[in-house]
Amino acid sequence: MLAYLIRRVGQALLVIAAMATIVFLSIYAVGNPVDILANPNADAKEMAEISARLGLDKPLWEQFGLFVWNALHGDLGRSFVFNEPALKLIIQRMPATLELAFVALIMSIVIGIPLGVWAGLKPDAWSSRTIMSGSILGFSLPNFWIGLMLILLFAVQLKWLPSGGRGPTTNLFGIPVSFLSWEGLRYLLLPAFTLALYKAALVIRLSRSGTREAVLQDYVRFARAKGLSPTRIVLVHVLKNIMIPVVTILGLELGSMIAFAVVTETVFAYPGMGKLLIDSIGRLDRPVIVAYLMMVVVIFVVINLIVDLLYAALDPRVRLQESEG
Amino acid sequence: MSGPILSIHDLKVEFGTRQGVVKAVDGVSLNVYRGEVLGLVGESGSGKSVTGLSILGLIDPPGRIASGSIKLEGQELIGLPEHELRRLRGERMAMIFQDPMTTLNPVLRIDTQMIETIRAHEKVSEKAARSRAEEALKRVGIPSPAERLLTYPHQLSGGMRQRVAIAIALLMSPALLVADEPTTALDVTIQSQIIAEVQQLCAETGTALIWITHDLAVVAGLADRIAVMYAGRIVEEGDVDPVLDHPRHPYTYGLLGSAPSNNRRGEKLAQIPGMTPSLANLPPGCAFAPRCAFAQEDCRVVPPALTHAGSRAWRCFHPVPDRETV
Repeated sequence: MLAYLIRRVGQALLVIAAMATIVFLSIYAVGNPVDILANPNADAKEMAEISARLGLDKPLWEQFGLFVWNALHGDLGRSFVFNEPALKLIIQRMPATLELAFVALIMSIVIGIPLGVWAGLKPDAWSSRTIMSGSILGFSLPNFWIGLMLILLFAVQLKWLPSGGRGPTTNLFGIPVSFLSWEGLRYLLLPAFTLALYKAALVIRLSRSGTREAVLQDYVRFARAKGLSPTRIVLVHVLKNIMIPVVTILGLELGSMIAFAVVTETVFAYPGMGKLLIDSIGRLDRPVIVAYLMMVVVIFVVINLIVDLLYAALDPRVRLQESEG
Repeated sequence: MSGPILSIHDLKVEFGTRQGVVKAVDGVSLNVYRGEVLGLVGESGSGKSVTGLSILGLIDPPGRIASGSIKLEGQELIGLPEHELRRLRGERMAMIFQDPMTTLNPVLRIDTQMIETIRAHEKVSEKAARSRAEEALKRVGIPSPAERLLTYPHQLSGGMRQRVAIAIALLMSPALLVADEPTTALDVTIQSQIIAEVQQLCAETGTALIWITHDLAVVAGLADRIAVMYAGRIVEEGDVDPVLDHPRHPYTYGLLGSAPSNNRRGEKLAQIPGMTPSLANLPPGCAFAPRCAFAQEDCRVVPPALTHAGSRAWRCFHPVPDRETV
């Protein structure tokens, strides 16, 4: 197990190093931030001064070397615009996005698994056909449009929920979160649902096909021959088998929900990391963009590791291979 | 002699397919008595597995039991509500399947899969159920059963897994065990060990056994009686030795003739000509007539009825002459 972990961490570091190089070099090929930062009336001398202050006058290899050196010391640069450490800016926004992503994740599980299993157990019932058609809508309707429609319905027409922004926060272990109070949760519901809909559709499809496959397996027939109740067969024998693909996909999707909740955050004016990214791209605030992308890489790597560990907990066959490896 | 443990009368099972209704089982009647071993023999698609599944009420749509009667210990099973059928499954009747690699759930430990069986039928503590599970593993010849209980199926060999499946099936001491080709996927040495164990266990508890197989050698060594199925019907039935020594139905005769052990070395293997007929498109007369060396004109008109002679019966107009040895 330890050897496995060490190997995985080694792979992860390699991925992070490769991504750092690609991200840094490609971002530095785009535009000149000085043009945006400097006063439109500034002359060449002032431009050169700004360039020198930001370290943009140095050759590329030197800039990259400095970036790597600082990154190894935990410093991903200062924002050109806010003149604050880029990492700090991102971390300030992170709880809001994490909270949004996790609420969306839970919603997609709570909606997706029961509906998917039902549709898999009764593939010909009209209720199952309705679920499957609904999941196609979940796949194909654009995120921003769903968000707007939800705002129209629940905020404008019914006035049940707020139309955007983040609710009041309370501190949980020093991190500001809003899901602990009803008022805060109300602000989360619509954006989280918007974000969850696509994932729920995905989970429905996965659990349905998994269930349909599982009920034809010999172990289900044997479980029936043992005289087990249908409830136990579905909740223990079938569910544990279909969780393996569902966990894998949801893990990957959680990463993308955290990293790319950009559209949803924009529609709901939700102050998360996604909105910061969009603003930073607009201002060519390179350190923030680079720091953000590095953060995303780390998040994906960590989630993948967690998924693999969960996988081992769910599937005993994986566990054995690891202990041998 | 007391009444039969299992009594099937004129069972018909149909499957709705695109080619129309297929009669997978067409008028099967069987009796199995306490402690008796019945070998149910036939080729793939002869309806032997479907017969086994029907007994436990495990036929899934598009299949359905069209008519007939299945009585277990005198109780009619056809038309019984699902929850009552469920109480009988695993408790009074049990079934094991062909592939021990897939009958056990790969993600659940052996103890979970055994204890849940006991607790589905009896209100006992987890601890009591566990010690009974351990006892059951010991009975089927699994060494250090307490440790095996904590393993997952993939950690056991094929033979061990089938032993576990048998232990699970016999946990509640059922009156009837239906074994659907349980040793086909195993090595020959393991196969004979398992057959010997099942035979002994059933003899100890008086459990009646239906052993479904295509392997006549297994039946010869294990069964008391044999029923040969062809195209959904029982074509020959009787005590095992007379039937195997002097088959009356040409199909049984052909099956025995095509067993490799009955052929001389170096000679071409004897075979039954032709193929198993499609159940959706059976000939009007005897289903075996197109492949039969003894068939005459009347065989192709109506299917023959069962001819009884003592404890034997066959379904043929022109049976193989008696005393003809294979």
